[in-house]
Amino acid sequence: MTDQIKYLLCLADNALILGHRNSEWCGHGPVLEQDIALTNISLDLIGQARNFYQYAASLSGADHNEDTLAYHRDSHEFLNTLLVEQPNGDWGVTILRQFLVSNYQYYLYQQLQHNSDVTLAAIAAKAIKEVTYHLRWSSEWVIRLGDGTTESNQRMQQALHLLWPFTYELLQPADYETGYIDVTKIKQLWQDKTNEILAEATLSIPNNSQPFIGGKTGAHSEHLTAILNEMQSLPRAYPNTIW
Amino acid sequence: MENVEQKFQDSVNAEIKIEPRNWMPEAYRKTLIRQISQHAHSEIVGMLPEGAWITRAPSLKRKAILLAKVQDEAGHGLYLYSAAETLGQSREQMINDLHSGKAKYSSIFNYPTKSWADIGAIGWLVDGAAILNQVMLCRTSYGPYARAMVRICKEESFHQRQGFDILLTLANGTPEQKIMCQDAINRWWWPSLMMFGPKDSESSNSDQSMKWKIKRKSNDELRQNFVDMCVQQVKVLGMNLPDPDLKWNEAKQQHDWGEIDWNEFWQVVKGNGPCNKERLEARRNAWDNGAWVREAAAAHAQKQKDKQKQQAA
Ligand SMILES: [Fe+2]
Ligand SMILES: [Fe+2]
Repeated sequence: MTDQIKYLLCLADNALILGHRNSEWCGHGPVLEQDIALTNISLDLIGQARNFYQYAASLSGADHNEDTLAYHRDSHEFLNTLLVEQPNGDWGVTILRQFLVSNYQYYLYQQLQHNSDVTLAAIAAKAIKEVTYHLRWSSEWVIRLGDGTTESNQRMQQALHLLWPFTYELLQPADYETGYIDVTKIKQLWQDKTNEILAEATLSIPNNSQPFIGGKTGAHSEHLTAILNEMQSLPRAYPNTIW
Repeated sequence: MENVEQKFQDSVNAEIKIEPRNWMPEAYRKTLIRQISQHAHSEIVGMLPEGAWITRAPSLKRKAILLAKVQDEAGHGLYLYSAAETLGQSREQMINDLHSGKAKYSSIFNYPTKSWADIGAIGWLVDGAAILNQVMLCRTSYGPYARAMVRICKEESFHQRQGFDILLTLANGTPEQKIMCQDAINRWWWPSLMMFGPKDSESSNSDQSMKWKIKRKSNDELRQNFVDMCVQQVKVLGMNLPDPDLKWNEAKQQHDWGEIDWNEFWQVVKGNGPCNKERLEARRNAWDNGAWVREAAAAHAQKQKDKQKQQAA
């Protein structure tokens, strides 16, 4: 597999798995308006994933399409970060995970929209409009919950302890990524924005946490197995079937 | 007093919409609050059986369509709660009434979604039945309710087409898919007929609702329209409706159908359907688990307000 295809799959898998996690909330959100907002984000992410998969499929040969890539690869072939496959937890964990990822995607797509690969650049340019909203929405919620009640502050601080170890992987490029982005620049921007929002949310970044890394090279947690068992169940049970 | 009541009925008769500030009989207000909130709850509870298949949708395209559909239903709930709020009932009160069991929602959502074909059957039959009712309600006498319905109807017709498309794909698919398709139609057909409510002869508040032009067609009329419509559409699928007594009646130029199991109907209304407990529990859990989020949002908003005041002072 070429680095180009690997990179596209990494982008697609991140979007799909986070979209999947968010979609688990549909119908179960804390208030109707926010149920709708998170579903919107989920829809955007699945849309982004489809664009990346379609492009990857077009480069992978005739027997591939967006669905073979999403439904007929095993856990070790998925290249998403460990962060996006983490369980939803409470609304605070979900919100914080969204903020950490959106913050990354925002600066990532900003670079990619100028990539010399025009197809990739076009997908990124479309995605950045959506991600701008995701980042704003999730930032506002991190602040609201961090600087809300004592209980909500505690929950957010716990969420931060839970998720922080997974942020290192976002900012540490896999081999196939380095040709596409200036990671040092993204890292700086991501850290500045994260510090700004968490400070406003009166949350403190944990020190001495042990990084969890491996998803981008296919070494996943058992959570991804569970996600794929569910997501892929029908196409796996009835192969060569049109739905 | 009689005078205002007569004026109200004159407006209704003249097809002038009743607006929140207009005088209205207390019973009209109560009937509307009950009906609109019940309708809103149905949209929200209705998200659950279909929502259960979002993570299992068999293609990315179907997944996106289903996710958007369930989200539409949340939007419908929102419009309807807003319409009911114009009558002086808070959303929180309505939600409490749902959770306590005081308020009802459509019984159809107390049936399980066992296969992917159920998502198609719900779109075709359940949204299809809902549309007939909602098209009628676009002309209901209470302005905010009628306007909410106009927005909702536009989206519902998409839902029905998408559901039918799922079934059509299955009907043209493998032998297993065909079985799945027929099985879903078998299970959803009778509950869909029940969605129109009791027979006219048994329906307690129908007459008054017709007089107030809240409703414009009776339960039986709507059910008849539905059966006649589905008989045509099921032919396109090459599937069967599970009713041996279903046949064309030359004299009335409409279809006759078999007797609905009214015992089942009342059992589900009373809370003894296959999924009543799960549905209510899921709604209560979502609400209870979200309490800290709503409290935090309110607390944060208050803090912001206080800050602004301080700055202004
Ligand atoms: Fe609806
Ligand atoms: Fe619908």
